Amino acid sequence: MESVSSQSDQEDKNAVLAAQADHPAVAALTQQCPDAILDAKFDRNELTLTMARERIGDACRAVQSAGYNFLADVTCVDWYPNQPRFQVAYHILSHTLKQRIRLCVLVDESDPSVDSITSVWPAANFYEREVFDLFGVRFGGHPNLRRILLPEEFRGNPLRKDFPVEGYR
Amino acid sequence: MAELELMTAPAVVESDQDRTMILNMGPQHPSTHGVLRLVLEIDGEVVVRVAPDIGYLHTGIEKTCEAKFYQQVVPLTDRIDYLSPMHNNLCYCLAVEKLLELEVPERAQWLRVLLSELTRLNSHLVWLGTHAMDLGALTVFLYCFREREEILRIFDAVAGQRMMTSYFRIGGVSLEPPLDFHDRVRKLLKSLPEKIDEYENLLSGNPIFINRTKNVGLLSAEDAIALGVTGPPLRASGVDWDLRRDMPYSSYEKFQFKVPVSTDCDVWARYVLRVQEMRESVKIATQALDGLPEGRIKADAPKIVLPDREAMKTQMEALIHHFKIVTEGFAVPAGQVYQAIESSRGEMGYFVVSDGTAKPYRVHMRNPTFATLQAIEKMCVGRLLADVVAAIGSIDIVLGEIDR
Repeated sequence: MESVSSQSDQEDKNAVLAAQADHPAVAALTQQCPDAILDAKFDRNELTLTMARERIGDACRAVQSAGYNFLADVTCVDWYPNQPRFQVAYHILSHTLKQRIRLCVLVDESDPSVDSITSVWPAANFYEREVFDLFGVRFGGHPNLRRILLPEEFRGNPLRKDFPVEGYR
Repeated sequence: MAELELMTAPAVVESDQDRTMILNMGPQHPSTHGVLRLVLEIDGEVVVRVAPDIGYLHTGIEKTCEAKFYQQVVPLTDRIDYLSPMHNNLCYCLAVEKLLELEVPERAQWLRVLLSELTRLNSHLVWLGTHAMDLGALTVFLYCFREREEILRIFDAVAGQRMMTSYFRIGGVSLEPPLDFHDRVRKLLKSLPEKIDEYENLLSGNPIFINRTKNVGLLSAEDAIALGVTGPPLRASGVDWDLRRDMPYSSYEKFQFKVPVSTDCDVWARYVLRVQEMRESVKIATQALDGLPEGRIKADAPKIVLPDREAMKTQMEALIHHFKIVTEGFAVPAGQVYQAIESSRGEMGYFVVSDGTAKPYRVHMRNPTFATLQAIEKMCVGRLLADVVAAIGSIDIVLGEIDR
């Protein structure tokens, strides 16, 4: 069952990549790091590309040189209890193409870490700190990975799904 | 003994720790507009390092959203940015409507544009008043709040609330505007250009204000883009980008307006630009008022939009739908969307993830000043301490939306 679904995922991905072949971000990524694209979705006019975790820096540099010059947002979704648990989402905007793309990285709970993209866009600094603070995903190479919204002595990561809405009492 | 002093002297001079001092500005400081704490390292009166410390207003709104039905999140969005509640409502509603693939009637879209622009005027008026007050021009504050009061009264008449309006709902707007709405808004919009002249008379020729703002808080276009700056500070750095024009939403493509851009990159440019933006907002609002189409104010989607009160009392189906929506919410097809709008402060984005149930799986708010705050160090380093106040004012900071 597992292999069947992953095979159809693979077909979906190839179909989306073929349909969006002239999309500047898809063109840049299929040229520069084709093996890093794990999944592609085109839903409600939004393109989502899931990248290999260790290649996110390369992917960001590739789309940046393809004209996607502005990092709008970095955030995370917790898919607990599914594995891989965390989906880190990067929303990137192009001022010249007037287009947005979403790059995603899937992160496992056992080693919740991704490379920081602050070297590509310094704007990621606060956003990655926020994800670290609220989800507990670490960003390797981040210049100042500390809690940003919650106090330093706070325990837990409140936006994880296994953290109660009312908090611990 | 004297030799020893000489030997140790250079080390003392070179040590930064003795030359500079750490100064806490905030969290309780009148010019930080809320509870922002800036840790400043200063050498005499020159700023060496700035580290913003935020989170004093963090209430976990994103977590709360996950426990509410989709329609119950709307009032939460107001409370993020208390100066532009309607922009938050609009952005969230647009995101959910995108997930539902729901078409909103034209009248509702135009009403949304009209009220969004009034919200922008409201927000810019508060900004102008407080920014001028930070820099010592106290009078402007009173004038700005005089006009803002009328805008808030209009909000009160339209939505029943002055600040936390929750007027835009998923699928449209909540109520038909009252009968005197047209006249009141028209009277306000007619008077505003004159009033804006008045503010400019008070500030634009004022030598103190000019000296405090010109060539202060410089931010280049490259730095602005790299640091995620949006809105008026980005356009004041020479980047011609406005989501209302470049990626239109809610029928903004049907309106004629200019996007003011400046290449001066300083606090003064941000002031000039926001005042021009207020004039453009008056134009957009006037167009929306003139051309406001007739028709429904809510989408024809009985399972998503609450029925009219009258229908509820006379039709059984309407009553059932009302009961179902209120008690069970409505399921939203699974998917992920990111919707951005141009708020008073820049790009406001909502990232909404649905897992197919009646509660949002994840709501993330991308707030403009959260990113813009990162540029404060670039604006202030190497400048005088007093310029920090001008720089904070110029990014139009609202801590509620930064901390959420």
